[in-house]
Amino acid sequence: MTEDLNWAVGGEAGDGIDSTGKIFAQALSRAGRHVFTSKDFASRIRGGYTAYKVRTSVDRVESVVDRLDILIALTERTVEENMDELHDDSIIIFDGERSMMSDFQAPGEMFGLDVPLKRLAEEAGGAIMRNIVALGAACEVSDFPIENLDESLEKRFGNKGESIVANNKEAARLGQEYVQEEYDLSTPYELETTDSDYVLLNGDEAIGMGAIAAGCRFYAGYPITPATDVMTYLKGRIERFGGNVVQAEDELSAINMALGAARAGARSMTATSGPGIDLMAETFGLVATSETPLVIADVMRSGPSTGMPTKQEQGDLNMALYGGHGEIPRFVLAPSSVSECFWKTVEAFNLAEQYQTPVYILSDLAMAVTEQTFPPEVFDMDEVEINRGKVVDEDSIEEWQDDAGHFKPHAITEDGVSPRAFPGTEEGAHMSTGLEHDELGRRTESTDMRIEQVDKRNRKVETAREEEELSPREFGDEDSDNLVVSWGSNEGALREAIDLLEDDGVDIRVLSVPYLFPRPDLTEEFERAEEVVVVECNATGQFADVLEHDTLQRVQRVNKYNGVRFKADELAGELKEALGIVDEAEVQA
Amino acid sequence: MSSENVRFVDFKSDKQPTWCPGCGDFGTMNGMMKALAQTGNTPDDTFVVAGIGCSGKIGTYMHSYALHGVHGRALPVGTGVKMANPDLEVMVAGGDGDGYSIGAGHFVHAVRRNVDMTYVVMDNRIYGLTKGQFSPTSREDFETSTSPDGTHQQPINPLALAMAAGGSFIAQSFSSDAQRHAEIVQKAVEHDGFGFVNVFSPCVTFNDVDTYDYFRDSLVDVGDSDHDPTDYDAAKEKILDRETEYQGILYQDESSKPYNELEGATENMADIDESPPEEAMDLVREFY
Repeated sequence: MTEDLNWAVGGEAGDGIDSTGKIFAQALSRAGRHVFTSKDFASRIRGGYTAYKVRTSVDRVESVVDRLDILIALTERTVEENMDELHDDSIIIFDGERSMMSDFQAPGEMFGLDVPLKRLAEEAGGAIMRNIVALGAACEVSDFPIENLDESLEKRFGNKGESIVANNKEAARLGQEYVQEEYDLSTPYELETTDSDYVLLNGDEAIGMGAIAAGCRFYAGYPITPATDVMTYLKGRIERFGGNVVQAEDELSAINMALGAARAGARSMTATSGPGIDLMAETFGLVATSETPLVIADVMRSGPSTGMPTKQEQGDLNMALYGGHGEIPRFVLAPSSVSECFWKTVEAFNLAEQYQTPVYILSDLAMAVTEQTFPPEVFDMDEVEINRGKVVDEDSIEEWQDDAGHFKPHAITEDGVSPRAFPGTEEGAHMSTGLEHDELGRRTESTDMRIEQVDKRNRKVETAREEEELSPREFGDEDSDNLVVSWGSNEGALREAIDLLEDDGVDIRVLSVPYLFPRPDLTEEFERAEEVVVVECNATGQFADVLEHDTLQRVQRVNKYNGVRFKADELAGELKEALGIVDEAEVQA
Repeated sequence: MSSENVRFVDFKSDKQPTWCPGCGDFGTMNGMMKALAQTGNTPDDTFVVAGIGCSGKIGTYMHSYALHGVHGRALPVGTGVKMANPDLEVMVAGGDGDGYSIGAGHFVHAVRRNVDMTYVVMDNRIYGLTKGQFSPTSREDFETSTSPDGTHQQPINPLALAMAAGGSFIAQSFSSDAQRHAEIVQKAVEHDGFGFVNVFSPCVTFNDVDTYDYFRDSLVDVGDSDHDPTDYDAAKEKILDRETEYQGILYQDESSKPYNELEGATENMADIDESPPEEAMDLVREFY
């Protein structure tokens, strides 16, 4: 792997940190470099501390690390917050003319690059462009051709007019020239460019794009961090494909609207985070009992209750597996990267309609706020297949009617899946209900029919176990006795941790499990291994519990619940500890 | 079934209602079925949504596409149905508990969202199915098992609530005045937007105050006067009148434009191809 560079811009909320970071990330992407971004942010509109971090390399990057090379610090707190990641070769760009930074000294051996951001921005046409001046300076110290920034500025400001774009380009150049003229800096960093073309997107956007690709035409939701971007992505885009987005009055309403649209025959979804999932649990059972195909994305954040709304956690697994009173057949899918957010969403819609069940997509904040680069062919729309399951029409409905000519929406079948008639289908009128019902959808308290319907619904899960490919993704050393199991967004850090561990002579075999229910049986894999470690971002090890139950074997647990995703280098250390491998350096110490 | 020969009994299922003999809901449902038949709908192009309570059973007794959902959330379901397929006639039914208590939040938002559908509330001012507890429309001095000395709360005025939320069609009817009730529901169906009808639908088992006799003797029909439903101030005066209860169309905004049309949701969203359209690749290109 070639050198990676870790870059960040930080300040207070309201300083334009996000858009500044995004402009730089986009410039890197356009220059044919891979990018993996992360955010430090708080749930407030102004003030506090917020940062946008970019890890970039010519090779693919799939994780964050504990190292920061170039930092644009709009406040001193930005430096304080990142002291652990800064090192002797770090360069800190700041504006010493800004009153709150006038006494700032770069700590230790770090290089403090004092650039009059505001003054130069005013020269270019307005103080508002001070962050762009900083980007120009950043290009200089990272040896990154500034022309790459231009396209990104055109994309960001193009709709505001040519002069705004020109001013921004000028601002960037003033920043670059100032560093050239005032400092005799031999930078250790060099951002080489390539001819590759990448797209740059985050997990919420990937879910939204996957939904449209899969034929989803209706979305209802209520704004909540970190799921809101799914809705804002879809609004204005899904309409181009004949769909619509409704912002509901609450999550109770959102899931019921989505349910209504699905009953009408539309591919339909909602997305939310933990607090919204709690509310939606009320209707979740109705979705399953009425056998309605519905996709629900839970973009997890730290819980319980309001928890830490802008922090990472994989704490909703139990809720997704068991939430809702009674016993509810369901699918639970866990994408493990931004691109998987796209493909798992496509798959979720097919599973929902083929099995007429609710399908959870368990995404998380780490993926939702991560912008990641991919070759565009990763999202090849020609690969998307739409399977609508057992839909009947006027011609085929007859075989699913009883003697009196009533359609049987809950017909008892071998695979558990009943026929589906969209409203408007002649002779298909039927009702569906949250009550236990007979084949016609009418309330029943018959003990026999109760058993038949419960078994029929649960049989769908058994059918899926037989029909669907539910295998985990495997990587690392396939012969290793050290088995590491994980789910969701930890996969990127794990992939990089493998390389780091290999450097230390430690081999591991990794299984990343994207199907959490129904899920693969890992009993034999566990028996084969000497040590099994389950990695997840929660305190109690919810997935580890489930796997111990499945396999009747105890596992080691690596848990993180401080609100920050796993970093590759940190995870490598944690794994060594869990596997009982002691670091030589530590022994000497 | 072509719409010319549809009769109201075609909207009746062969399941016998379990409502108490004499329940107002029989008349309420008959009026709904008549209104659907009169407006040229068929069971196959009609979607009925109901919540929980005595009113919630209506989907079982009517014949159409229907969903009997969770308590209080029938209106969001109806919204989703109509947004997904505007060709469907959507009729939502509920009771005073379903609509004004557990579903009150959805009620005001459905009113202001003004999706083109009909909402019929069977208002009996009592919780019947749970055997007689006070409801949000019960009188302050109404004595029930959970209010032995009266409710000590003001009853909700559903029509005023609808008006405050910007309702475009606000009406009230009485289940026993069969022809008039059916006519009012029909107007609600025909209205371009959210047609709301609060129906006095007496509970003969648990409410001995708001009885057939009470409504028969006291209700004043706005159709018998020169009330102009398009006159907002005149409507406001009648809706806020604390002395008299009215039936008829209290208010109608004839220039109402339904949300689904304003949003351009004009296609049947069930119709999609087996693979994404060509333009889907543009979505990827946006991320360059």
